[in-house]
Amino acid sequence: MSQNAEHVLDHFDLFRQPEYVELFENKKKNFENAEPADKVEQAREWTKTWEYREKNFAREALTVNPAKACQPLGAVFVAVGFESTLPFVHGSQGCVAYYRSHFSRHFKEPSSCVSSSMTEDAAVFGGLNNMIDGLANAYAMYKPKMIAVSTTCMAEVIGDDLNAFIKNAKEKGSVPEDFDVPFAHTPAFVGSHITGYDNALLGVLKHFWDGKAGTVPVPERVPNEKINFVGGFDGYTVGNQREVSRMLDLMGVEYTLLCDASDVWDTPTDGEFRMYDGGTTLADAAAALNAKATVSMQEYCTPKTLEFCASKGQETLAFNHPVGIAATDQFLMAISKLTGKPIPDALAKERGRLVDAIADSNAHIHGKKFAIYGDPDLCYGLAAFLLELGAEPTHVLATNGNKEWAQKMQALFDGSPFGKGCHAYAGKDLWHMRSLLFTEPVDFLIGNTYGKYLERDTGTPLIRIGFPVFDRHHHHRYPVWGYQGAMNVLVWILDKIFDEIDKNTIVPAKTDYSYDIIR
Amino acid sequence: MSLTVEANTQRNKQLVEEVLKVYPDKTAKKRAKHLGVYEDGKSDCGVKSNIKSIPGVMTIRGCAYAGSKGVVWGPIKDMIHISHGPVGCGQYSWAARRNYYIGTTGIDTFVTMQFTSDFQEKDIVFGGDKKLAKIIDEIQVLFPLNHGITIQSECPIGLIGDDIEAVSKAKSKEYTGKTIVPVRCEGFRGVSQSLGHHIANDTIRDWVFDKLDKDAPPRFEPSPYDVAIIGDYNIGGDAWSSRILLEEMGLRVIAQWSGDGSIAELEATPKAKLNVLHCYRSMNYISRHMEEKYGIPWVEYNFFGPSKIAASLREIASHFDDNIKEGAERVIAKYQPLMQAVIDKYRPRLEGKKVMLFVGGLRPRHVIGAYEDLGMEVIGTGYEFGHNDDYQRTTHYVKDGTLIYDDVTGYEFEQFVEALQPDLVASGIKEKYVFQKMGFPFRQMHSWDYSGPYHGYDGFAIFARDMDMAINNPVWSLTKAPWQQQA
Repeated sequence: MSQNAEHVLDHFDLFRQPEYVELFENKKKNFENAEPADKVEQAREWTKTWEYREKNFAREALTVNPAKACQPLGAVFVAVGFESTLPFVHGSQGCVAYYRSHFSRHFKEPSSCVSSSMTEDAAVFGGLNNMIDGLANAYAMYKPKMIAVSTTCMAEVIGDDLNAFIKNAKEKGSVPEDFDVPFAHTPAFVGSHITGYDNALLGVLKHFWDGKAGTVPVPERVPNEKINFVGGFDGYTVGNQREVSRMLDLMGVEYTLLCDASDVWDTPTDGEFRMYDGGTTLADAAAALNAKATVSMQEYCTPKTLEFCASKGQETLAFNHPVGIAATDQFLMAISKLTGKPIPDALAKERGRLVDAIADSNAHIHGKKFAIYGDPDLCYGLAAFLLELGAEPTHVLATNGNKEWAQKMQALFDGSPFGKGCHAYAGKDLWHMRSLLFTEPVDFLIGNTYGKYLERDTGTPLIRIGFPVFDRHHHHRYPVWGYQGAMNVLVWILDKIFDEIDKNTIVPAKTDYSYDIIR
Repeated sequence: MSLTVEANTQRNKQLVEEVLKVYPDKTAKKRAKHLGVYEDGKSDCGVKSNIKSIPGVMTIRGCAYAGSKGVVWGPIKDMIHISHGPVGCGQYSWAARRNYYIGTTGIDTFVTMQFTSDFQEKDIVFGGDKKLAKIIDEIQVLFPLNHGITIQSECPIGLIGDDIEAVSKAKSKEYTGKTIVPVRCEGFRGVSQSLGHHIANDTIRDWVFDKLDKDAPPRFEPSPYDVAIIGDYNIGGDAWSSRILLEEMGLRVIAQWSGDGSIAELEATPKAKLNVLHCYRSMNYISRHMEEKYGIPWVEYNFFGPSKIAASLREIASHFDDNIKEGAERVIAKYQPLMQAVIDKYRPRLEGKKVMLFVGGLRPRHVIGAYEDLGMEVIGTGYEFGHNDDYQRTTHYVKDGTLIYDDVTGYEFEQFVEALQPDLVASGIKEKYVFQKMGFPFRQMHSWDYSGPYHGYDGFAIFARDMDMAINNPVWSLTKAPWQQQA
C-alpha cells in the first residue's frame, strides 16, 4: 500500500506504484488478449513510414481526429455575443449538452443554452410543439431580450421550417409577437462551426435589417460613418475584442462590435452568476445596417454575412485572423483609409515595440520549422506571422479549409523566401498531420489541445494556440490581434523554444555546458 | 441555522412551490412531479423520473449516443468506435470522459481518438452505408491491430434509413468473423443517456455474446474466484483502485466493463462466478441477461468511502467461501489505519459541511456515504437520467427531509442552491462555473474535476483531499471587494 494521508497520491503518482504496475501487467497478460509487444512496436514503427503516409493520405471515407466541429457550435457562439440573448438549438438535446461542455472547458465559464429536446415522436411528427413549448419556457425562465434559434442535424434531416415554426409559436403566445427571435438553419453535415457562425450571424442581421421575417417593414439604410467589426469564431475572443476596441478607440473610430462575447465569457466571481453579460445591444445590431462598412477579422467565418452587408450597400473588408506586424499594419491602414482617421503615434509606438521584441529574439526563431493546424483564418494569420519571423510554416493544415484557402496559403508561401517548401493541406485531419510530422519532421507544432497527442506520438513540441484549449488555463483572456496580440504570440512561441532548449541541455556532465543562464 | 427535520421538510416543500412559479402552468405541472422532499419510511423519493425533458428549460441531460459511445462502448480500448454521422458528436465527446487505459494509442488501443464518418450533405441524401463499408476497409488497412469495430449511430442514421446492421454483417464475414457491432444509439432515442446505455448493453448481448464460438478453447483456466467488474468506467483510474481490493481479498478479476476493458474481457465474462456491479443504471441490463442466460449472479456494491467499501467487500465475499470472507476482513483491516488517518486529517476541516449533489448514474446516492465518513451532510440530490429503481435505492442513503430534484433545470438548481446555501455543490462541467461565480465551492463529480481515482480505499484519500481543497480554498473569502462589503 503506497497511499498515505500525509501526502495523498492521486492518478499522477498512484498508478506508478509497484502494486499497480503489477496489476496492469497481470491484467494484460491474463485477460486482455493483447497483441505481443514486438508486434505493437513493429506496427508503431510502420506508422512512421512514407509507405504508411501514402496509405493514410489515400483515405477517402474515414476521418480520424479532425480539427473541426459542427455548425450549431458556431451558432451558439454568435448568439451569446448579443445582449441578453439565449441560444436555442432546435433538435436533440444531447447536442446542447455537448456545446455547453465544450465552451465551458475552453473558457472556464458558464455556457447557457437551451434545446427544444426533440425525441422520437418529434422525429415522426416534426418538432413544432417542441418549438412552441421551448420558446415559452425559455422566455419565462431565463428572461432573455432575444432568443437566437439554430438547428441540430436531426431537425435538418426531418426538414423542420424554423421561420414557420417561430411564427406559429408566436401566434400561440410562446413569446410576444414583437419579441426578437432570429434564426438560422445550421445543418451539422454542411461545413463546420465556422459555417455555423456565418449562418447564425447572417440570421441575426437579416432579422434586424430585413424586417424581422416579414413582420415589420424593411428598414431603410441611412448611411453613417460607423464601422461594424465582426470577429468570427475565435477562442481568443475575450482578449481580441477588447484589443480591437482599444485600437479603434485610440484611432477615434466610431464602431460597433457585431457579436461581442468578450464579457459573457469573462465574468467575475463576485457572488453573482451572470447568465448574460455585455454583448452587442439589440439597438446597435439594428442600427449597424447604417454603418459605412463591415469589417470581418476572419474571411472564412463570414462569406455569406459579408455578401449580405454588401447587398445593403456597405463596403466590406475581410482579414484572416491578423497576427503580426504586416497583418496589423494592413488592418490599421485599411481602417484609416476607410474612416479617414489617421493612425495615432501610440499605435506606431506599439508597433515599434513589437519590432524591437522580434529583433531581440529573432536568432532563436529564424529558420525553425513549424507545423500549424486550426481554422483556416487562424492558420493563415499564424503562418504569415511565422514568415515574418523568418520561420518556416512547413505544414499548414485546416480540416475545414477548402481549395481556395489552400491556394491562398500557397500564394502567401510564394511571397516569402521562408515559404519555400511549405505546403497547405485542406480537408485533412490530425491523423494525416501525424504522418506529416513523422515523414517530414518540424521543430514545433502549433495547434489546439488535441495536438498534445501528436506531441506524445511524434515528439514535436506543441505550442497551444487555437480552439479548444482545455488543458492550459487563461490564454483565451489574452489577445492575439494587434501589435500587442502579436507580442503575446511571440512570447508563447519563445517560451516553448527556450523550454525545449533547456530540456535538451539539462543532463549534468553530458549536455549542460549549453544550459546557459543568458539566452 | 439548524432546523428540525419537520421544519426542514416544510421549508423544502415551500421552496419547491416557490421555484415552480417561474414556469408556464403546463410546465409547472410537469416539473412538480420531478421535485420533492424525501420522507422517512417512503419506498421512493416521491419524484417521477425517466420522462422526457421539457423543451427550453435547460436540462443538463445528454443523449443516447452519449450513453453508448461516451459511457458503455467508448472505453473498450482495443476496438475502434466510429462516431457515425456528422462530425460534432465525436468531436465534443473526444477524450472528455477520462476513461483511463493502458495501451499504445493509435496502434493497439484507440480510446482517446475520434473516428468519424464526418457526414456531408451527399451522405444524408444518398445514404451512408457505402461510406461506412469503405471506412471499415480503411480502418483495416491503417489500424490492423484493432480487435473490433463499433458503429455509434448519430441522429441522422435512423432518420435516413441506413442499414448499418447489413453493412456490419457483410464486413464481419469479409474479415473472417471480425467483431463489428452496429449500435442504434441515435441521439433522439429515449429521453436521456439512459436509453443509450440500454441499447449498448443489448448490442453486447446480440453482437458479442451471441456470436461467441462455443467450441473455442477458453483463453484461461477458470477458477472458483472469477469475478467481473461491471459498470466502472475507470474515470481517473477508478476501476484500478477497485480491482486491487478485489484481488487482495483473493478474487480474480477476469473482466472490466468497460473502463480499461478489452473485447476479450467482454467475451470472457459469461465464465465469471459473480458479476459485481457498480453503476447499476448503465449496466444492470447486461447483468440481468447474464444471470438469466448463464446463471451468473450479480451483486451491487459501493466503493465510495470506507463505510460503504467495508460493507461492500463483505457483501461480495458472502457469495464465496471462507477463504474470501477472511480475505475481505484482511483487506478491511489492512486499510483501516489509512482510513483513520485520512479521517483524522480531513474530518475536522469538513465536519458539518453541507453538500448538494446533482450527477448521473450511481453517484447521486453512492457518494453520500463517503461524505458522511467525513462528517458532511448531503441536503439535496438528484439524478440526471435515473429511473424509479434508482430513487428507490436512494432511500437507503438520504436523510429525512432531503430535497430531491430529478432532471433538474438550470434555473431550479440555481434557486435551490441559493436558498439552501450549501458549503459545496458537486455536479458537472456545465454547472461548475455557474456556482463558482455565485461563490459556492464546487467539485465536478463526473470527471472528478480532473483528479481521481475516487473509488476504493486509495481513492477515498484523494476524495477527502479534494473536498477539503474545494471547501477550504481561501479564494472564497475574496469574492467581495473589501470596500463593497457591508460594515
